[in-house]
Amino acid sequence: MPVVFERTRGLTEKEFHFCPGCTHGVIHRLVAEVLEEMNELGNTVGVAPVGCSVLSYQYFNCDMHEAAHGRAPAMATGIKRVLPDRMVFAYQGDGDLASIGTAEIIHAAGRGEKITVIFVNNAIYGMTGGQMAPTTLAGQRTTTSPLGRDPRQVGFPLRVSEMLATIDGAAFIERTSVHDPAHIRKTKKAIRNAFECQKANQGFSMVEILSTCPTNWGMSPLESLDWVKETMMPYYPLGNFRRPEAVTVSGASGGGHA
Amino acid sequence: MARNRGQVSFDIDRCKGCELCTTVCPVDIVSIDTRHINQRGYHPATVSESDMDKCIACGNCAVICPDLVIRVQRVA
Repeated sequence: MPVVFERTRGLTEKEFHFCPGCTHGVIHRLVAEVLEEMNELGNTVGVAPVGCSVLSYQYFNCDMHEAAHGRAPAMATGIKRVLPDRMVFAYQGDGDLASIGTAEIIHAAGRGEKITVIFVNNAIYGMTGGQMAPTTLAGQRTTTSPLGRDPRQVGFPLRVSEMLATIDGAAFIERTSVHDPAHIRKTKKAIRNAFECQKANQGFSMVEILSTCPTNWGMSPLESLDWVKETMMPYYPLGNFRRPEAVTVSGASGGGHA
Repeated sequence: MARNRGQVSFDIDRCKGCELCTTVCPVDIVSIDTRHINQRGYHPATVSESDMDKCIACGNCAVICPDLVIRVQRVA
């Protein structure tokens, strides 16, 4: 029987430690599938962040390195400059990339480092217990904003993709979501385009992916998907913010091997 | 034109019972098996044998599954 969907070789057999319904698992799979389809698994070095995805080096079936908190783009810069023929990616959450690692991501984009960053935005600090992040929405309740985030006191949520899109070193910037199968398939295409951009030496590439955190949002996994669609997407609009004209990939398939 | 028919299989002990797969099936045959508990202590997702011939092999359940529990084949 022809296989429509099966586990990618880009992931190890290790079971994910993520909470039930957490879409980190979906995003891990998409990155792994893209690397497998581009036949780059043996030629890739990934950089794991600090945060819920800190253990991603156990899951990706390629060479991986662990970075200090927020420093994944700096480490990826070093790896890419020493080994320019490798595919190098950093996988970061919003606490890692938009808070402690703000300087690293902005200057990596500014220098036009030829790395790909997978930025998982779930509007909260997951691993440390659901504290307010720079990406937490106004009014959103977290353990450190129990009455809801008040922008007059703690500022406004950061739109990282829009910020980085103003930088000339950034070649490819896109925001996607994984709240339903159609958007998951679009996210895979965006990840493919970002890696193609790196392969063509076009410059810095990043895909920001709106993700869920059922545990710390205090919702069921299904309610979380609705929350992404109804509450996050109006503030974090999906779309491409920057792409080089030369790189257009239409061949990226949808989910799995479908 | 004959419609596609599919066969889905579940790696039951990887399932965390999050129910995401149950909401994206266009023919509504994926459900949580509340009569069983897997190794992890969750009620796993399943498709009953009687419903399997309704599967159209779209792959949606596998695409949204965060834990790679599901494998989908097309029945020739």
